[in-house]
Amino acid sequence: MVMILLKRLVAAVILLAAVCVVGFVITGIGDGNPARNILGPEATNAQVAAENHRLGVDRPMVEQFGDWISGVASGDLGNSYIGDQPVADKIAANVPVTMSMVALSMMVIAGLSLVLAVASVYGRKSVDRVVQSLAVIGHVLPAYLLALLLLLVFAVKLEAFPVFGYVPLGESPTEWLRSLVLPVLSLTLGSVAGASLQARGSLMDVLEADYVRTLRSRGISGRSLLFRHALRNAAPPWLTSLSLGFVAMLGGAFMVEKVFALPGLGALAVDATAAGDRPVIMGMVLLTGGLVILVNLLVDLAQMWLIPKARTA
Amino acid sequence: MSIEISAQALDAPTRTSTFRLILRNPLSRVGVVLLVLVLCALVAAIIMDWVAPDAPWHADLYHLNEAPGTNGHFLGTDSGGRDVLARLVVATKATMFSGVIALTVAMLLGLPGGLVAGYYGGRVDMVLDWLSSLVMSLPSIVVLLAIVSSLGTSMWISMTALGCMMAPAVFRLLRAQVHAVRNDLYIDAAKVAGLSDTRIIARHVFRVVRGPLVLMVSVMAGVAITVQTGLDFLGLGDATTITWGGMLGEGFAAMSANDILFVWPGLAMAVTVAAFFLIASGARDALQHADGGSSTPARSTATHLKPVPASAQAAAPPGEDEILTVRNLTVGYPSGEDVTEVVRGASLTLRSGHTLGLVGESGSGKTQTAFALLDLLPRQAMLMEGEVWLDGTEILRLAPRERTKRVREAIAYVPQEPMSNLDPTFTIGFQLVEPLRARGIGRAEARERAATLLARMGIRDPERVMRSYPHQISGGMAQRVLIAGAVSTEPRILIADEPTTALDVTVQSEILDLLRGVQEEFGMSIILVSHDLGVIADLCDDVAVMRNGQVVETASAEDFFARPRHEYSRMLLDAVPDENHVRPEYVEAPSPRRSAKTGEIHR
Amino acid sequence: MSLLEIDDLVVRYPGRRRGRKFTAVDHVTLDVRPHETVGLVGESGSGKTTIGRAVLGLAPVTSGRIRYDGKEIQSLSRAQRRPLAARIQVVFQDPYTSLNPAMTVEDILSEPLRAAGWTRSTARGRVVELLDQVGLPTGAADRFAREFSGGQRQRVAIARALALEPELVVCDEPVSALDLSTQDRVLQLLVDIQERTGVAYLFVSHDIGVVRHISHRVAVLQQGRLVEFGPCAQVTSRPEHAFTEELLLASPVADPARQRERRALRQAQREHVSTTPMSPITIQRRVP
Repeated sequence: MVMILLKRLVAAVILLAAVCVVGFVITGIGDGNPARNILGPEATNAQVAAENHRLGVDRPMVEQFGDWISGVASGDLGNSYIGDQPVADKIAANVPVTMSMVALSMMVIAGLSLVLAVASVYGRKSVDRVVQSLAVIGHVLPAYLLALLLLLVFAVKLEAFPVFGYVPLGESPTEWLRSLVLPVLSLTLGSVAGASLQARGSLMDVLEADYVRTLRSRGISGRSLLFRHALRNAAPPWLTSLSLGFVAMLGGAFMVEKVFALPGLGALAVDATAAGDRPVIMGMVLLTGGLVILVNLLVDLAQMWLIPKARTA
Repeated sequence: MSIEISAQALDAPTRTSTFRLILRNPLSRVGVVLLVLVLCALVAAIIMDWVAPDAPWHADLYHLNEAPGTNGHFLGTDSGGRDVLARLVVATKATMFSGVIALTVAMLLGLPGGLVAGYYGGRVDMVLDWLSSLVMSLPSIVVLLAIVSSLGTSMWISMTALGCMMAPAVFRLLRAQVHAVRNDLYIDAAKVAGLSDTRIIARHVFRVVRGPLVLMVSVMAGVAITVQTGLDFLGLGDATTITWGGMLGEGFAAMSANDILFVWPGLAMAVTVAAFFLIASGARDALQHADGGSSTPARSTATHLKPVPASAQAAAPPGEDEILTVRNLTVGYPSGEDVTEVVRGASLTLRSGHTLGLVGESGSGKTQTAFALLDLLPRQAMLMEGEVWLDGTEILRLAPRERTKRVREAIAYVPQEPMSNLDPTFTIGFQLVEPLRARGIGRAEARERAATLLARMGIRDPERVMRSYPHQISGGMAQRVLIAGAVSTEPRILIADEPTTALDVTVQSEILDLLRGVQEEFGMSIILVSHDLGVIADLCDDVAVMRNGQVVETASAEDFFARPRHEYSRMLLDAVPDENHVRPEYVEAPSPRRSAKTGEIHR
Repeated sequence: MSLLEIDDLVVRYPGRRRGRKFTAVDHVTLDVRPHETVGLVGESGSGKTTIGRAVLGLAPVTSGRIRYDGKEIQSLSRAQRRPLAARIQVVFQDPYTSLNPAMTVEDILSEPLRAAGWTRSTARGRVVELLDQVGLPTGAADRFAREFSGGQRQRVAIARALALEPELVVCDEPVSALDLSTQDRVLQLLVDIQERTGVAYLFVSHDIGVVRHISHRVAVLQQGRLVEFGPCAQVTSRPEHAFTEELLLASPVADPARQRERRALRQAQREHVSTTPMSPITIQRRVP
């Protein structure tokens, strides 16, 4: 058991390292002339060369990567090309918005999809129909389009929610929640159907399993069957779909942030992209890649905890 | 020899073209209509490029943000005074184009990769799987931004990258599908028939994966279009190309002046994605139907027996020594408008302290009868007629809750497949203790009783087995655990459904001995459901033969095996391989015989 | 001269844990002569199915030799085995997974023919012939395999095995998924075909009753080892080995009175075994 955990952990670290390499290669295949972007077209070639030298981008790629990764190991993500601010500070300033939004959305999706799945299994035809229509909406209206529609209807027309801006949790929890209602709604409305269909499907499979019938023959109550036996056995595919949903949500979050003018990672990433600010982008790669790997690891652990057989695999 | 061919099999519809099947689906029809609309726009875009290439760029600075329908602008003008409809139509081209690039790349990478990894497994599989999990650990939006930052805003490059990011999904799907069929025997049969791997993959494997693949392709087309539009919306698209995403961005920026400008590109995108998604859903349903799968899974979440109408005359209660009496039991399932009866007027008697064998072939209704007695019928099953007398009380006319209570108290169930009848997520001990706890027995006492029972079932180390999970014990052991579980609640009746069919004969004989011993010790009555006449002969006092839902013969075991009355019983007994018939050695010449002990060949 | 000679065959699979291998077949030697049926009987894990798969080239041979018609075939590649497709064929246990549900019966039956280079039209003629041979109507050719019952599917599987007129068919539990009455008819069909065409069967089954019914000679396997191999009458009525006897007594007969006797005999024997310090089974298991 401990060996398996250790193996998973090592595999995760290797994967993260590989993610960094890929990220570094992708951001480095361009012309590698950030100084021109920073100094503008008026700067002389000599100035540009000097600036490039100062940034260290005129060195071989492997050397640059070595520098960067050893910096990361000691907690230093380097400095942004623009304003020379530490990347870590920049990201730290913008992380709370995105993470509040994504974490809240994941919680809503997890809770709601389970409730919908159970309701639909226990014979509410109308629930089925709601979930099916949500599934169509989820496929047809991406989060940013939903966000635009919600913005138009609730914030601009009805003025029920703040149009723009974000209030930190520390300042006012209620305002924080109010500022996140529409963004979270646009991120969850489409995704909840997928998770719910997944949960419903695997719950149906489990409830048709032989051991459920045998347990019932022993006089185990319906509630115990559902909450103790069925949900536990049905959870793994649902958890996997949640973790996949999490990865997909990051993309949606960046665009939703733009719609609601939230100062999150999306804004940072878009600005960095437009400016060719490689250290910031690498910071984003490290952060998001690390998050995805962490979530997958947690899902693995959860499955091992739920399903004893997974502990031996 | 054609008696086995049922008329129904020969009248069943044969091949209908897949395309027509898809069109029969109402969802797909809507999808097709939408797709035609989008394709018209595409054609219009191409023609416009050729006839009036400047139209979408023409800015009418005196008519900014016009409402739809004014000044000949069908959908109005945008914040730059340009015609919205013209731009919308032209943008169709870029959007469809981006979808095609991304899909092509995803397929080129994922399709061969998934087939090869799934079919061959081993090292290729490991490497490709690791690569795919690497790509899946990279959030595609961040990768796309990184690529745009280093290589610029070309749609070619970003959509190729998106294709790479989507390839793992294709790879995983195909790999899983191929994995599922790789060990199917028809693949082995094809190998033995001398087919090459390429041919096996093309003929057998691809057939299985094409259904899910169709669905995935169209879902991915939708994803590609929404991601491409999203990139442009973020302002990271190619500024020289008109796209829905770019228009969406302009509409968003001009929201205060023209609040519905963003709706048009949004609608265009939604219609396009919906077209693909609806056709795909319809196609999946159609293919599933054609491949014999059912699209609506049967529900069996709670057992609610439909109330039986109280019959006019109250039938007389059965005799004293009859612990369970079934009269004229009919069980049906709804099939369309009709009801398919799986048990038709079955009558049985279980004598107290005796064993009744319920014999029949597959589809005879024997298991359905057992489930009806156990109150374990699936929810959609209908109890249509009959009486079940348990201990002198007719239970079908009791309230469902009361009936269930009585049945659970009196009757226990031993299932067929030992392994699938234990919950894989709980220890054996937990599963044995849980029913006892539900009956109000204390934890310590319940554990002790479970351990004692396991020991009684011939399990040497009950404590260790109690701590084990089902996957850690053998099939024979699991069946002992299940019998212990059935006996633990001290039932008066045991219904065992093919309890030894999944076991080896040597284990089977031990389990039969165990059932016999348990019966003597606890004074139980047993209904043994089996297709194996040897097993019936071993254990049963009485025999009931079922066929097509009806009991065709009831007799004592002696009579049944010696003097079967019904033609079907005789046919069954005749079908048992004759012990006295032994084929002689084929070769006339004295044959070499190998001694098991020495391995030498005697001539 | 034997058609198939299996000489000191060993098949090992990599175990669940690294380094520990699972031995499925442990030094087994047996042979099949032309026109005869050799029954392989044993419990789950006895290696009977693996032997059949090794003959078909579907299981890896760790050591030992498999000779077919005098030529060694255990280490042939898939391509080199191709000519053997016309000589060795197979009928599997589960008629539900051994036929591709998405293919018509004609597709299934013509597959080995087409692979052997037959044209579509000659193959079509042969398909009609085959259907007739296994007692299915000609109309079955255009149906999907999934439209048929278990017994009918097994007939299709048998027809596929016979397509190229092989000399040997490996039958891996061909009737154990079938109902009793269907089982009887399929067994009879196999015997009829053998008498008509002279094909030899390597017949794998867990059911000693079925094996006795169809085999000329019987091999008994236990945990990968061959414990007894000889003429059917001798092995199934006067077994030399204790395990064979245990197997015979354990398989119940459809006669309550005789079953009572056998049960008493079996229980007496088990008493004997459990009181003997080392069971005779373990001692006699060492068969080369």
